[in-house]
Amino acid sequence: YISNLQFLSMKIKPEKQYVGFATLPNQVHRKSVKKGFDFTLMVAGESGMGKSTLVNSLFLTDLYKDRKLLNAEERINQTVEIIKHTVDIEEKGVKLKLTIVDTPGFGDAVNNNECWKPITDYIDQQFEQYFRDESGLNRKNIQDNRVHCCLYFIPPFGHGLRPVDVEFMKALHEKVNIIPLIAKADCLTPNEIKKLKDRIREEIDKFGIKVYQFPECDSDEDEEFKQLDKELKECTPFAVIGSNTVVEARGQRVRGRLYPWGIVEVENQSHCDFVKLRNMLIRSHMHDLKDVTCDVHYENYRAQCIQEMTSKLAQDNRMESPIPILPLSTPDVDTEKLIKMKDEEVCKDVI
Amino acid sequence: TDIFSVLKGGGSTLLGYIGIDTIIEQMRKKTMKTGFEFNIMVVGHSGLGKSTLVNTLFKSQVSRKSAGWARDEKIPKTVEIKSVSHVIEEGGVKMKLTVVDTPGFGDQINNDNCWEPISKYINEQFEKFLKEEVNITRKKRIPDTRVHCCIYFISPTGHTLRQLDMEFMKRLSHSVNIIPVIAKADTMTIEERQEFKQRVRKELEMSGIEFYPQKEFDDDMEDKSDNDKIRETMPFAVVGSDKEYQVNNKRVLGRKTAWGIVEVENPNHCEFAQLRDFLIRSHLQDLKEVTHNIHYETYRAKRLNDNGGLHPISTNGTHDSNL
Repeated sequence: YISNLQFLSMKIKPEKQYVGFATLPNQVHRKSVKKGFDFTLMVAGESGMGKSTLVNSLFLTDLYKDRKLLNAEERINQTVEIIKHTVDIEEKGVKLKLTIVDTPGFGDAVNNNECWKPITDYIDQQFEQYFRDESGLNRKNIQDNRVHCCLYFIPPFGHGLRPVDVEFMKALHEKVNIIPLIAKADCLTPNEIKKLKDRIREEIDKFGIKVYQFPECDSDEDEEFKQLDKELKECTPFAVIGSNTVVEARGQRVRGRLYPWGIVEVENQSHCDFVKLRNMLIRSHMHDLKDVTCDVHYENYRAQCIQEMTSKLAQDNRMESPIPILPLSTPDVDTEKLIKMKDEEVCKDVI
Repeated sequence: TDIFSVLKGGGSTLLGYIGIDTIIEQMRKKTMKTGFEFNIMVVGHSGLGKSTLVNTLFKSQVSRKSAGWARDEKIPKTVEIKSVSHVIEEGGVKMKLTVVDTPGFGDQINNDNCWEPISKYINEQFEKFLKEEVNITRKKRIPDTRVHCCIYFISPTGHTLRQLDMEFMKRLSHSVNIIPVIAKADTMTIEERQEFKQRVRKELEMSGIEFYPQKEFDDDMEDKSDNDKIRETMPFAVVGSDKEYQVNNKRVLGRKTAWGIVEVENPNHCEFAQLRDFLIRSHLQDLKEVTHNIHYETYRAKRLNDNGGLHPISTNGTHDSNL
């Protein structure tokens, strides 16, 4: 870990035309390392889909050590809960505060009508909290609890998306980045997996579900990177397997599941897409997931919120504005147009 | 390790490597794509070499030199604010550099309140940013025209700070990062410079004027130690030049006099190189962050309070500071 002055003396000898602001990314990087990062990941899906195991496998933790599994009777009156686990992970000097938002009870009841409501409420509450903080006077230590990504576990046993899957994803796709996964993929043959993936992709299209899209590759990336990126996109939804146990396979100790007919290796890319998911989630797209949450989902929430407030104010005839939208006392032409547009959109949906 | 090799390699998590550190690389890629903005203001009366210095700092003609006031040209009655932007690129990093010049400052007979147009300009940029921030539909990247750094040119009198210097810095050090420099330092010997600097620092300290890097914003012990060293050398005694001469078989920027060549980038001759390293190579990002997190927030808080933008919730009479 080097100090600023050391860094300067390490720098290359200044050439004639070298000003030195090419060090700017390093300056930004140094500050970020000091500050650390945070990431909030939500997992949703019925009990027994291997959510906890997968999270443990992804982050090499044991977040669910003291968990007590409920039996069927205990679950009869269970409603969907929201449980947060936070863990601090440090690697090569980079600190990450990871929050896992678990949703036990989802889809477990007999009647699952609107079982996603506690989840959408939770996501909205985080947006609302951030909006308040951002609009407040003292913005020094805002805590960002917004959900950056939701892993949705689809059971491998069916023939594609079930009604609850479709409704859940549609209720959430404009609030959070959804990454659908095929859970417990070790019960399917490669052919079955391919068929299921194709079917799910078709249905996602058909129902107009907006899952998280990987950003386009830069035109100046090299061909191999573009190929990798293409393979990643064609592989969705990822078929995953998780494991908390270590087994011996091919002379190595690996995370896996031991069956009489063979050993499933979690990190073997020909066995499942775990590695692809991990690489995408952590090593290449974590920053983009956060960006899309801030720039798209949150901004949509905020715009809607402000619009609701302003129309309510107009109704109530109040002169005071409860949020600092400053003396924009007469909305300008553009804002009026925008509000009108959004009103029309809302009406369209209702019809 | 770049993202590509990490992705290809797969990497066994059994050995305990998750890959969280790659987020730095992800961020770097993104910032390289979007580029940076940097806005620098220069203040000082004419003839102190402001434009030359900025051009020397950025090794390009980013500031237009005034040839002095032509006989039929009038000195502007008030301070003008002239800003010029250029996009410069280095090592794949694109920077939109805006130089804000302030001709007329300190040039009148009566210089009362000549800092007002400058203060107004700085606040106008804060206001512009604030308006964007509270808009219903906000741009993904709000264009940043806020002044990140103000280089204040002190005349090399060798005595003390002038009253105008004190007035300016006192009034503006809470809205903008001020970096004082001793201009045209080649009129002073090394000893004269040291004495002058000490006197200047003492005067500023006694008046409670804090220049950048401000002590109260040191993040941690490491920052404090680095910044203490810098604060003890400031104000930097600088010389600027856009002319090259041959010295010891090297082409150097300098000023040729009858008694020798003053080399701009020679640390034994002046502190230009130190200023450049400090301003550009180590503290550029910090200048922006202090502007955003401190000066802008101060402006914003004052603005919200002044206009009563934050009413207590009237229905139940509680006083909340935000909603």
